[in-house]
Amino acid sequence: MNTTFKGTSHLIKIITRGHRFQISAWLFGIVVVSIAVASSYQSVYQNDSDKQAFALTMQNPAMVAMLGPGYETEDYLITVGTQFAHEMLLFTVIAVAIMNILLIGSSTRTDEETGRIEVVRSLPIGRLSYLAASIIVIAIVNLLLTLVTGLGIFVLNIDGFTFESSILYGSILGSSGFVFGAITALFAQLSDTSRGTKGLTFGVLITSYLLRAVGDVGSEHLAFISPLGWTVRTGVFIDNNWWPIITLIIFSVILLVLTFYLNSIRDLDAGFLPNRIGKNHASSFIKTTFGLVYQLQKVKVIAWSIGIFTLGATFGAVMGDMEKYFTDNEFVQMILSQVGDFSITEQFLSMLIGIMSLISTIPVIMTILKLKSEENSNRTEHFYSRAVSRNSVLGSFTLLAIIESIIYLILLAFGLWMAATIMMEDSISFVTIVQSTLVHLPAMWVMIGITVFLIGNVPKGLNVIWIYYAFCYIVVYVGGMLKFPDWVMNLSIFEAIPKLPGEEVEVIAYVMLFVLSVIFLLVGFIGYNKRDIYG
Amino acid sequence: MSLVEVKGLTKKFGNFTALNSINMTIKEGEIYGFIGPNGAGKSTTIRILLGMLKATSGEVKIFGKDAWNDAVEIHKQIAYVPGDANLWPNLTGGEVIDIFLKMRGNGNKNKRNELIERFNLDPTKKCRAYSKGNRQKIALIAAFASEAKFYILDEPTSGLDPLMEKTFQQCVLEVKDEGKSVLLSSHILSEIEKLCEKISIIREGAIIETGTLNEMRHLTRTNLVVKSKQPLQSIENMKGIHNVVVQNGETSFQIDSEEMDAVIKYLSEYGILKLESTPPTLEDIFLRHYENSKPSVPSGGSNP
Ligand SMILES: Nc1ncnc2c1ncn2[C@@H]1O[C@H](COP(=O)(O)OP(=O)(O)OP(=O)(O)O)[C@@H](O)[C@H]1O
Ligand SMILES: [Mg+2]
Repeated sequence: MNTTFKGTSHLIKIITRGHRFQISAWLFGIVVVSIAVASSYQSVYQNDSDKQAFALTMQNPAMVAMLGPGYETEDYLITVGTQFAHEMLLFTVIAVAIMNILLIGSSTRTDEETGRIEVVRSLPIGRLSYLAASIIVIAIVNLLLTLVTGLGIFVLNIDGFTFESSILYGSILGSSGFVFGAITALFAQLSDTSRGTKGLTFGVLITSYLLRAVGDVGSEHLAFISPLGWTVRTGVFIDNNWWPIITLIIFSVILLVLTFYLNSIRDLDAGFLPNRIGKNHASSFIKTTFGLVYQLQKVKVIAWSIGIFTLGATFGAVMGDMEKYFTDNEFVQMILSQVGDFSITEQFLSMLIGIMSLISTIPVIMTILKLKSEENSNRTEHFYSRAVSRNSVLGSFTLLAIIESIIYLILLAFGLWMAATIMMEDSISFVTIVQSTLVHLPAMWVMIGITVFLIGNVPKGLNVIWIYYAFCYIVVYVGGMLKFPDWVMNLSIFEAIPKLPGEEVEVIAYVMLFVLSVIFLLVGFIGYNKRDIYG
Repeated sequence: MSLVEVKGLTKKFGNFTALNSINMTIKEGEIYGFIGPNGAGKSTTIRILLGMLKATSGEVKIFGKDAWNDAVEIHKQIAYVPGDANLWPNLTGGEVIDIFLKMRGNGNKNKRNELIERFNLDPTKKCRAYSKGNRQKIALIAAFASEAKFYILDEPTSGLDPLMEKTFQQCVLEVKDEGKSVLLSSHILSEIEKLCEKISIIREGAIIETGTLNEMRHLTRTNLVVKSKQPLQSIENMKGIHNVVVQNGETSFQIDSEEMDAVIKYLSEYGILKLESTPPTLEDIFLRHYENSKPSVPSGGSNP
């Protein structure tokens, strides 16, 4: 009798129970935002000329690079579903992909690293059961997401939201997410750490996004080698092509077959990527507290630096196309004259920078959170059982986060400027761009402050920072569209940042943000010095 | 002068009392054994000594300084080895040892290399590739290569093979010869027996026994094996006699120290052919405390 998969159904229950909070939070968040945004389209953009204006905005190259190719102009007149899909689909897919990466990462390599799989393997349970159970759980989660989102937007009864279109929309989310779950499972076989696994998959996610961006704006064949390129090519609500869904599922299955094969031939705790011979002695840099703290995060800092620079350069590259698009288009020029001194190019620029600086905040927060994960793995005791003070450890993590925030924003500006200068005739000066990115620093520092505050005072509630981050992201991305009241918008710290170029810098607001971050930091440091350290 | 002075130390985690009014004194040049069942509170005590956990009440002084407030100052003279050394997976063993030495401020480079030889460690591997025992060696090498005054070792030999365990014991004795102090928490009682002059037994957050091994033995039963001309009569009914087993014509039993005199007199009437006495091992002492685990064993009292 074949026992390779024995006990899978039992493990499915265990894995589901272990992740029930994450799963519910992700499903709830994605479904609620999707449905809320869809229902808001009923009231906005009512007349045809509004829709036409929207279509023109969305077809400019920067938007295409950011959100995908969209539809023909007349399609936007047929149903608001087109607007909804063009604005929401790709970024929702990215959220679903992140959910898949985190869930699969934690139920494969993390569980192996912590020895949980070793315990399970010693029981009368098949060799591939744990992997099979994780995959089945994530498949069910994606299926649920597909159905609930699909049915959810269908029952809103909006014009053009047919049953087929709605289910297709849900299916895009589920199947695209599942591909990234499968990629994570594959990397969990190759890399022998969970950090490595998640890092590599996030790398693939970013690469897919960039390939698709370049492909959508210019050479389309590039978009076809990216799973996200397939994602944005269903023409949902108009053409309703199902081939991308089928392709995504077939691709996932191929990846999974390979994953099961690799899992079956490798040793427990081993990976396929090589380990090199290392140094006998530590350099004098990593012997300092700050040096060690940097060393622990070096790979992450470098990876994000490259990612953010490339993201900036990708958008910079499409600025040239955008310029041409605006000068060739009479209708756009008409709107252009309405918005005052600043060109639409510059307005798009400020919006892009706003979103990209929010993205750059992720690694900055992660840097501070690393201190807690070090404590959870009993590694801060190496500092505190020796002559190293808590201030110097927390201080090093904070300093690294601050340095990163500056580096990322400068790299972002540099990427944007470099590519824009090559591609545009009227180039934008580097100083203008770097000013527009660096204005976001105080908001990022408040985020650092809040994280430090939590580490010092509520170490068990650290995930609050991600909830707040998600809130800020939603405010920037869809807050205006959902017509959030002002006070809700203002709860997001990023709303206090002026949109440069265009708006004025308010000194008072800046001083306030700065003071706020200092207060959070201070209270955080005081709490951290007073609290028990568990490991 | 006493190096460590703990008075009335209590630690609560929420409602749970992990340590209940503990006292402990470690003198200069002393190797102090710390034993007790799982979850008794050994590691918690050590983390408080290290200033990582804050005492709920009580006084904890090391080198006359406060363990919480002056942690950094104190740690310049302390070396600590945890029971399960979790190391940074991306650094090599050699790098980690150097970093640990630097964090304390002073370290002996020659000693480091000598210890790497003695413990037979390959320092060029990444930490994620080390086995448990090898990770433990890294922590031990870093501790013994540092010129500390006080060594805190929390189950330092878990995972070491017998050969390496011997090397470890040599290292502890060398440290002792230099007049330094050691706090050794361990479940390997033979190791404690071999190394420690003074021992504390902790259970459920309270210290139930402290003293030298000899003092403890005195309070406990001795093992006797007797062979006599005439069969021993109703010896199990005598005061202070326990666990009587008759086998191959020999009778073995345990005897409370204070009844020794009376029992020997009684036995001699039967014509003794053979009399073997073995002192109680630490294990005997320890197991007695386990077995009588009625929640309220009087502190310091050992006889049931
Ligand atoms: N952070 C914490 N929160 C709540 N309870 C804790 C915490 N840390 C330890 N405890 C409890 O305190 C008690 C003492 O634990 P400690 O780790 O000191 O035991 P130990 O004597 O070192 O045991 P072992 O021999 O298994 O290492 C245990 O019951 C443990 O569950
Ligand atoms: Mg312990």
